[in-house]
Amino acid sequence: MKKLFASIALSLALTSSVMAADDINIIVVSHGQANDPFWTVVKNGVEAAGKDMGVKVDYRAPETFNMVEMSALIDAAVNQEPKGLIVSIPDAQALGGSIEKAAKAGIPVISMNSGVEASAKLGALLHVGQEELAAGKKAGEKLKEMGGKKGLCVNQEVGNVALDQRCEGFKQGFGAVEVLPTSNDPADVKAKVRATLEKDADIDTILALGASTAGEPTLAAIEEVGKTGKINVGTFDMSANFLKAVAEGKAAFCIDQQQYLQGYLPVVFLANYARYGLMPGGNVPSGPNLITKDKAAQVVELSAKGIR
Amino acid sequence: MSTSKTPSTATSAADERIAKVSLVKSLLQRPEVGAIVGLIAIILFFVVYADARMFSLAGIMNFMQPAAQLGILAIAAALLMVGGEFDLSIGSMIAFAGIALGIPLVLWGWPLGLSILFAFAVAVVFGALNGFIVLRSGLPSFIVTLAFLFILRGLTLVGLKAATGTTQLRGIQEAASDSWLMELFAGNAFEGVFSWLASMGWIDTFQNGTPKVQGIPVEIIWFIVLGIAASWLLTKTRFGNWIFAAGGDPNAARNIGVPVNRVKIILFILTAAAATLVATITVLQFGTADASRGLLKEFHAIIAAVIGGSLLTGGYGSVIGAMIGAVIFGMVQIGITYTNINQDWFQVFMGAILLIAVLLNNWVRRKAMTSR
Repeated sequence: MKKLFASIALSLALTSSVMAADDINIIVVSHGQANDPFWTVVKNGVEAAGKDMGVKVDYRAPETFNMVEMSALIDAAVNQEPKGLIVSIPDAQALGGSIEKAAKAGIPVISMNSGVEASAKLGALLHVGQEELAAGKKAGEKLKEMGGKKGLCVNQEVGNVALDQRCEGFKQGFGAVEVLPTSNDPADVKAKVRATLEKDADIDTILALGASTAGEPTLAAIEEVGKTGKINVGTFDMSANFLKAVAEGKAAFCIDQQQYLQGYLPVVFLANYARYGLMPGGNVPSGPNLITKDKAAQVVELSAKGIR
Repeated sequence: MSTSKTPSTATSAADERIAKVSLVKSLLQRPEVGAIVGLIAIILFFVVYADARMFSLAGIMNFMQPAAQLGILAIAAALLMVGGEFDLSIGSMIAFAGIALGIPLVLWGWPLGLSILFAFAVAVVFGALNGFIVLRSGLPSFIVTLAFLFILRGLTLVGLKAATGTTQLRGIQEAASDSWLMELFAGNAFEGVFSWLASMGWIDTFQNGTPKVQGIPVEIIWFIVLGIAASWLLTKTRFGNWIFAAGGDPNAARNIGVPVNRVKIILFILTAAAATLVATITVLQFGTADASRGLLKEFHAIIAAVIGGSLLTGGYGSVIGAMIGAVIFGMVQIGITYTNINQDWFQVFMGAILLIAVLLNNWVRRKAMTSR
């Protein structure tokens, strides 16, 4: 019994000493809803980095794509004076005030995922992410090379500038593109894509802006109208099912922005900044990385685990 | 004559309508009692589980800001619910009013004042249209305003894409920055007072000396002023009585000469106008309008009104209760980030609070009404 108490006391002492060394807290505020598989991977990256670096991390996001609520969440984070703040910036003007306030208050800020062009202006130390316009253009060029004539851009998060830029880049790289706005409900995406394909038989190329929210339902819609293999489909981001389709030749490619790193790296940077004042000298491009048929199979397993 | 008066006073003394009610019981009969109990419970919860900074001045301003934005909607939603109707289109109205203000301002070069008037004119049209269709068709307002939830959301998207080619409108702050009206709708009030308080060391500052709170966000002032005005309107005026009558039993109300249709149409216009006020404040404060503004806000506003004791069936409710409901909502929404609880739990929390509040309201009301 005594031994038990001693070991409990010891372990308590240990944890409290760890806790004491562990007073670095890093808060992440993103616009990605918790039920979006893409953002689950980011969150997994954040949590893994927190464990690896021995710091306390906290991931927060508004319930819907809502810039007003997101800015309140940033204000709340600033009020807790964390040792580091990580934000995504899908609308630089709307979130600018809150982010600038954080930087002015002396909190080190790193931006990730979206907002590369605004990041430095708002006082962030650096940005970890993907240039959306360039990535869209690269995808467009690839799809044009594959022989596409008329394109459809499926946007499942209306109001997010980064996604508008992807469609814009697609237009620049490809040519004739129609944009289809949907909600992020896969059933809705499927129905709308199907209706569009039935209405316009000329569409031979589709770019989806999210793999599981828009890409997979797009594939399902193509199958329902019996055009599998006849329409080239690419998607931003990855999901296990979409990668399988790429491996089987039913889809062209996934554009991997390696969002696990968007969660992971900023935590590592900010932890080192808090401890030793270390910070890389510039933005870190986490993508784009085109995953085509030859690479797809290897990635499937990691995607199912929520890492890619 | 004088003798016959005595027995009649004796019976009227026994009449329940003028019977003396104990103070406790009369308090329990108020619609907002459940909300007040809920508010105390939520505060206690966060005092125990949250970082103490949540109840610092900066922390309070922080959760009061979303609470006030929601509260402005909830005040109007509560009035409409007391009047026996619903408005599910107010969330979409926020987005639509945002571009109705932004497009004239940024793309047509109108002055800010005129753009705001235009947005409110649009709100009056759609509010009246909601009311007119409900009253003329006899359909439940649930269905009619549900249709407008989609129509307005869709029109916002169509309008934005036609105007800007994207799903967002930027440059609002630049276009409006020189207007004195900005003071009314964006930023903080009493900034001088707060920087003075900070210089005296009476309020918290960041390490570099800037005060953590630069002033009272204007929406909090709008929220309080509108709340007082609406509460006065509902409880102290003839129009307030008409609202209760129209929501309680419209036919009886019509029979005693209450202009039920006019009351209801005015209430629909008020909710649309409240959504437009929220749109004006958020659009000018954040400088952009986008197609997904105000998503789910119609439900949040109804939740706040219901937590505040308003009945879904109409004829009963309170403005103060709805305001407390909105404060509870903001507190839970932001407060959860001050705890160690994973944010994923927020919606579970909100649902549970809604359910508990309604059960509590129901129970208290039954107790108070039956045990006279």
